[in-house]
Amino acid sequence: MDNKSRLFPVVRTAAALLISFATAFLIIVCVSKTPLESFYIFAIGPFTKMRYIGNIVEYAIPVIFSGLGMAVLFQAKLVNLGGEGVFYISAAIVSFAAIFFIMPAFIHQSAIILLGAVIGMAVMSIPAFLRAKYNGSELVSSLMLNSILLGVGQYLLNTKLRDSNAGAQVSYKFVPSTAMPVIVPGTKITSGLLVALASVLIVYILLYKTKWGYMLRMSGINDEFAKYSGISTFAAVVLAHLVAGALMGMGGAVETISMHKRFEWTALPGYGFEGCMIAMLANNNPIGVIGASLFVGYLHIGADLVARLSDVPTEMIAVLQCVILLLVSAEGFLQGLRQRWIEQGVK
Amino acid sequence: MENVLRAIFTTDFFYSIFRVATPILFASMGAVVANTAGVPNVALEGIMLLAAFLGMMFSAISGSAFVGLLAALVGGILCAGVIAFFVLYYKTKMILSCIAINTLISGGTVILLYMFTGDKGTSASVASKVLPNIEIPLIKSIPILGGVISGHNVLTYLAVISVVAVYFFIKRTPVGYHMRAVGLDANAAESVGVNVNRVKVLALLISGFLAAFGGAFMSMGYVNWFSRDMVAGRGWIAVAAEAMGQTTVIGTAIASLLFGAADALSNAVSALGWSSELVRTIPYCATLIGLIMFSIRTSGKAKGRLKTNIARHEKAKAIKLNTLKKS
Repeated sequence: MDNKSRLFPVVRTAAALLISFATAFLIIVCVSKTPLESFYIFAIGPFTKMRYIGNIVEYAIPVIFSGLGMAVLFQAKLVNLGGEGVFYISAAIVSFAAIFFIMPAFIHQSAIILLGAVIGMAVMSIPAFLRAKYNGSELVSSLMLNSILLGVGQYLLNTKLRDSNAGAQVSYKFVPSTAMPVIVPGTKITSGLLVALASVLIVYILLYKTKWGYMLRMSGINDEFAKYSGISTFAAVVLAHLVAGALMGMGGAVETISMHKRFEWTALPGYGFEGCMIAMLANNNPIGVIGASLFVGYLHIGADLVARLSDVPTEMIAVLQCVILLLVSAEGFLQGLRQRWIEQGVK
Repeated sequence: MENVLRAIFTTDFFYSIFRVATPILFASMGAVVANTAGVPNVALEGIMLLAAFLGMMFSAISGSAFVGLLAALVGGILCAGVIAFFVLYYKTKMILSCIAINTLISGGTVILLYMFTGDKGTSASVASKVLPNIEIPLIKSIPILGGVISGHNVLTYLAVISVVAVYFFIKRTPVGYHMRAVGLDANAAESVGVNVNRVKVLALLISGFLAAFGGAFMSMGYVNWFSRDMVAGRGWIAVAAEAMGQTTVIGTAIASLLFGAADALSNAVSALGWSSELVRTIPYCATLIGLIMFSIRTSGKAKGRLKTNIARHEKAKAIKLNTLKKS
């Protein structure tokens, strides 16, 4: 294989991104009264102010967690969309700890993040055991769990946490010691970023430098073969779920105490599905998740800006995500080009 | 508890089971057809949502519920066609392309709704049409049964008919036979001259067609408006029903009715002042519990089969050894 065909995945991803931008342009032309201006706001706007760049990173922090979680699951060939529910219930439950306990700041924050991880693992253990022991579809069970956890979280919010003095459907205020410290002045980027980057490193080491990670990846590549060579696929499935659950639970906790003063989610936050696309963009590589998350953050801030400053609904982002997800995961996309490159390489 | 029982044992409750099961029944029949041909369609949720939107929009524009239904069906088939194109010709993974389509439609319908009505939440400001209810002449006058069976939306009856139709389609027609062959072993089917891709595309299109009926029912029968994400997981419940029914038409229909009953139950007890957040999770809990029980049972059966096979093998070996010793 020569350099050119090794470059192929990069070219393909770039082509997919280009097409998604063209789609964005098309939508804006259809919806907006001032299309060129709106597209400028969408594409260039996020880089025009330090605050907007900060927003991109702030958005990327929670989705790094969910992207990592999905990458681990995808590596083990599992499709579990429970991240959504895990984010929600983890945020709801850690809100108790953030409202009713008083502790020194660092200990309090660490305890909350750990609690999030434990909640995530507890939730994910249900689809994990169902799949590992009884071969039940983790996709369906995790989706049902999402709806159930949303109901439970709303119940907690309305009956136990609801601040009746606040006008909206929000919880009491968190204790000040829970607020994660801001590390980049002029933005709201908190030390949550460091937790996210540390998680990336840990997941990378786990997947590529340990026996457990090897086991997990092997059972993803070919579980029959893994079984015959003595790898327990049961352990691999459970491990992947627990790691993903811990990551997503941590994501929910970090997001709650770094970006919010109260628990105020009344619907599923959407980070879980986002993680799916990020893992695909990153080709399930933990390091790549960082870049993919920043890119998704950029898309979101662009769409937010264009919704705020112009007249295009932010739901445009869903269309872009679909295009990217479809094209990046399409093995046959640009297959002709690849074939030609390989043939040239042979000559 | 007595209140609950009183809320359940009414004609209204049994009537509402059929009403709420209608979209699930349609979508789960779609899931059965797709899965029979080995292309598990999990974009039913999105297809239903698209159909619900198109039904609302075109019935409002044309003033005719029938045109709305037609648009919904065309939309459902086209959407399934897009999935088929990506999966079979671009080799995208089935589940990922379905997730992508679901995301697209969940956001896309909001954009279209905004363009059409200027509102991002519901279409309440637009006068869209509803498909008619049908009173069955003789059965209507039977005391209790009449109240349960008669007076449903035309699509509810069509849902029941679709179960029978899908059953005969899969069991009795040549195309259905091909679908089962492709689902069992695509290579074997191809080796005897079945056009595998064509059969798979057809199965996907039919599943889109059926799911679109369910979606149309949501905005033109269940209620008379469209609201964002109004399908609310019914497509996924249909997927679960299909998994519990083990891709059999009858089993899937029964599972769909069970989930419909759970849904109706949540509607009935929410009137009693129970916490509405928790009550709303009843159908999902029922689905999850159903899935768990079903998985445990089938995996137990598979293990049992393995054990008997091993035992049989051992026995045969022992007999062989004995005969060898004797000789």
